[in-house]
Amino acid sequence: MSTLIVRTRRSFATHWYAWAMVLPVVVVLAVLVGYPLGRGVYLSFTDANEANLGRTIGDFEVPSTYTFVGLDNYWHILSGQEGSFYPRLMWTVVWTASCVFLHYTIGLGLALLLNRRIRGRSLYRVLLILPWAVPAFVAAFAWKLMYNTDNGVFNLLLSKIGLGPVDWLGDPFVQKLSVIAVNTWLGVPFMMVAILGGLQSIPRELHEAAEMDGASPWQRFWNVTMPGLRPVSSTIVLLGTIWTFNMFPIIFLVIGQAGGTESEILVTYAYRLAFQGVRDYAGSASYGIVILSLLLVFSVFYRGMLKRQEEAK
Amino acid sequence: MITTDKTGTKTGNVTARPSAQPPVRGRDERSKAASVALHTTLVIATLIALFPIVFIFLVSIRGENGWTHPMEMEGFTLSNYTRVLGETEFLTWMVNSVAIAAGTMLVGVLISASAGYAISRMRFPGHKSLMWTFLVCQMFPVAVLIVPLYNILGALGLLDSYGGLIITYCSVSVPFCAWMLKGYFDTIPTEIDESGRVDGLTPFGTFWRLIVPLARPGLAVTAFYTFLTAWGEVAFATQFMSSETKYTLAVGLQTFVGPHRAEWGLMTASSVLIMVPAGLLFFFAQKHLVAGLTAGGTKG
Repeated sequence: MSTLIVRTRRSFATHWYAWAMVLPVVVVLAVLVGYPLGRGVYLSFTDANEANLGRTIGDFEVPSTYTFVGLDNYWHILSGQEGSFYPRLMWTVVWTASCVFLHYTIGLGLALLLNRRIRGRSLYRVLLILPWAVPAFVAAFAWKLMYNTDNGVFNLLLSKIGLGPVDWLGDPFVQKLSVIAVNTWLGVPFMMVAILGGLQSIPRELHEAAEMDGASPWQRFWNVTMPGLRPVSSTIVLLGTIWTFNMFPIIFLVIGQAGGTESEILVTYAYRLAFQGVRDYAGSASYGIVILSLLLVFSVFYRGMLKRQEEAK
Repeated sequence: MITTDKTGTKTGNVTARPSAQPPVRGRDERSKAASVALHTTLVIATLIALFPIVFIFLVSIRGENGWTHPMEMEGFTLSNYTRVLGETEFLTWMVNSVAIAAGTMLVGVLISASAGYAISRMRFPGHKSLMWTFLVCQMFPVAVLIVPLYNILGALGLLDSYGGLIITYCSVSVPFCAWMLKGYFDTIPTEIDESGRVDGLTPFGTFWRLIVPLARPGLAVTAFYTFLTAWGEVAFATQFMSSETKYTLAVGLQTFVGPHRAEWGLMTASSVLIMVPAGLLFFFAQKHLVAGLTAGGTKG
């Protein structure tokens, strides 16, 4: 026991400086993230909703009357009783995978083009980055207007070439394609810029050496460029996946509160649970925890995979 | 610092190559057809990138009902802009958005800078788990925190106020800033720290007097991203700000177009007014954005 104290004291003596410097962040995270998260976890074990949560009406204090229900909420969601969880999870995964794939491949393609010597490169780059400067909520409304069935510019263009109008935001399948298009438009510049930075950090000598050894452009791409991009790629793909999985504004604003709920992803659905109709706080919190767990498992898995690949070399 | 304009200086190597075959081209030369294909692809990509922005602009200068026939090029008027500025709360929302985003940015960078430095330079128990915490904080779906925060802020009387929303945004921005800044500090050579220590500075003194001035570009980029995140946030703002004079832009714009209203003229005009300053900022900042992003991003 006393050795433990001694060790703690010694460790404090050597590390107190570092701890003092991280203290503000730790305090902020504990108060702003830790405490609400703890409360969220607790709520997810109860049946709290708008009706039974304690509140103050005028001078009256209404006490909380919600009860502890254990794992019922999770069971309700994961067993499929709730009905919409698994289809929605499927769609969220499809949405994330297709968006990240499109972001990455289009971003990579454009970055490769922009990395060559070409006239007007700076101009192209500035113009291609512009969608990034558009806040997501503005982009969502702009596209919503373009998708408009009767007066939208897409349907007018289609009618010009003799095709009938498409109900861009009505039919569930087309709706899904439409939101993926919006998110792709919005997300490509970020990937492009990040990959461009990565491309420029690959030493030119590597390419030259490969060329000397007779590597074809294709071989140079696979064996010099792609490995050189790995540090950038692995980070942005991980972040991109997390951000897209939780992408709120596009789905919420384009499909809208009115539209069919089939194209909603897990996050927007959980949000609606908490703030529409009878506010189901417990259900929403359980959904949130489930989403968080999914992402955690994914990133542990993803990082492990990267590490194994690294070691295999 | 990375810029794209410094390539193509090695042509000497190409000519010096021992190869005797005349038709071999250097990497930076290409056939006419390849050039045309390259430019065509880039032009198409640029058109796609610009189309929605140009479209919104064209609709916005064609009056209240211009959006119902978007392909016609007539009836240009600035009436949408005068209406947005004169008859709606647009300017109030703009001020709210700027104030909240700037507040979040300041608090985020100030609180997280020293932590980013400590994690970058010092090895201490808890070092690894802090980096993990920062990453995990990026994963929080709105749904986890929004209900507890809503209740807590409600109990504290902070709903519908700048302070409440800034506090909320800090739950995202503080870990993000710490993560980004840690990556940026990693790119500053440790010799600088050592020279500071030799000259008798404390670790905090080293950080404050030597590293912070050197890290100014990184701080600026981190601040910029934090600002953008808060500026475009929808979910929290929609629930937490309930009176019209406290709306941020993201909330206010939703009132223009809804189930019972379709003021696309107002919507497009205010969109343009939002995009112009943001676009200009990006135009001037873009090179630094690239540098800061890769510095922060790759060393996670």
